[in-house]
Amino acid sequence: MSVLPEAEQLCARLLAELKPLVGPNSAMIGLYTGGVWLAERLHAGLALTEPLGTMDIAFYRDDFHKQGLARDPKRTQIPFPVEGRDLLLVDDVLYTGRTVRAAMNELFDYGRPARISLVVLADRGGRELPICAQHCGAKVEVPADTRLRLRRGDDGKLKLELERAE
Amino acid sequence: MQSNPQLNANGELRHLLSIEGLPRDVLGSILDTAASFVGVTEREVKKVPILRGKSVFNLFFEPSTRTRTTFEIAAKRLSADVINLNIAVSSQTKGESLLDTVANLSAMQADLFVVRHGSSGAPYLIAQHVKPHEHVINAGDGRHAHPTQGLLDLYTIRHYKQDFSRLSVAIVGDVLHSRVARSLIHGLTTLGTPEVRVIGPQTLLPTGVESLGVRVFHDMREGLRGVDVVVMLRLQSERMRGALLPSAQEFFKHYGLTAEKLALAKPDAIVMHPGPMNRGVEIDSSVADGPHSVILPQVTFGIAVRMAVMSMVAGN
Repeated sequence: MSVLPEAEQLCARLLAELKPLVGPNSAMIGLYTGGVWLAERLHAGLALTEPLGTMDIAFYRDDFHKQGLARDPKRTQIPFPVEGRDLLLVDDVLYTGRTVRAAMNELFDYGRPARISLVVLADRGGRELPICAQHCGAKVEVPADTRLRLRRGDDGKLKLELERAE
Repeated sequence: MQSNPQLNANGELRHLLSIEGLPRDVLGSILDTAASFVGVTEREVKKVPILRGKSVFNLFFEPSTRTRTTFEIAAKRLSADVINLNIAVSSQTKGESLLDTVANLSAMQADLFVVRHGSSGAPYLIAQHVKPHEHVINAGDGRHAHPTQGLLDLYTIRHYKQDFSRLSVAIVGDVLHSRVARSLIHGLTTLGTPEVRVIGPQTLLPTGVESLGVRVFHDMREGLRGVDVVVMLRLQSERMRGALLPSAQEFFKHYGLTAEKLALAKPDAIVMHPGPMNRGVEIDSSVADGPHSVILPQVTFGIAVRMAVMSMVAGN
């Protein structure tokens, strides 16, 4: 199995890529759980004026009829007006694209952003929807029966890990 | 051991019939999920698509505008279709049995039944006979239980007091006829509340109420001393006719919550009431509208709690 890229390096790369692109109209939203960890880092590094938004897409998933409600969904908190904003939507791993679809649907219940750009640490391919990331740390090849997850250690360091899908 | 009729094989909530018998983690999960729905109810667009295409039938065999309305709002905010049936004035008067009514509605592709019934256990009976994809929520059955009210009371207490493990909660008034009190007592003890007190005249407290793990007080002043939470119960005027009480004035004198009596509780105590309130019977207006009162937030939280319960059962 190929060696996974260092999450910390990818994070630094994304930060450098985003720095010249953000302006006073920019705001950031992280998707639970890994996307929020990454967004916290990027948000601090970019010194955005608006506080970080966090989103749990549990109420917008497309597999409710199969899976039921996700256990203990977090509260979505978007502490700034979405209307007309230049939004950076942040997730850890981009896979089928269904999470991003759900997140965009939820976002539009808060307002009409001027633009949404997707920022991900890793893109593992396997898209089921026409969605792509504008800012991607790395493309990673992962076997279909394996999950690629972001972990955060006790020291706050981010790390990509593989685990067998249930 | 007979399995819990409210839970599926994985221990997840399939029906909500009573707080009694719900494991602590399921209770906690409902409250956590409700907290996420509070976020939805504070938005401009107070609606999420999760129950889109599902049909919720509000079956009210007993009139209740308020509870029915909050269930209706909750279902609509989950994008479900809501059908309100006031059965007290419909099929039953034509002689249809409870299960026939439900079977008919099931044939209309129902997904969720919200049931209010004058007889204790009616929602259990329905839950035993519904199809696997159908779910039942008890919206009050006889004197037995009113679990969503109990849950919204628990949510409100957790919102203001965070942790149950150091709380003293007093429930005051007509405990005997109150399904709200019963549901709340079970919830509080399951979540580890060290002290639950019930305060009321002997005639309005159920015999053996101590067995639920509560302390009994007949003197309201004594019972309110040092509590964090005061839950006032509605005094149903029809009880007066049953010779359980001399008069509303007499009741207010002994068991009505006034600012003077409330001063015996902790300085940051909260005052709750399930509504509808009888001002001047169980609660003084100055307290109901005062700084300790969280009676209106209870109503708002109640919608989020019902959204949580509906979305949890509908997915299991």
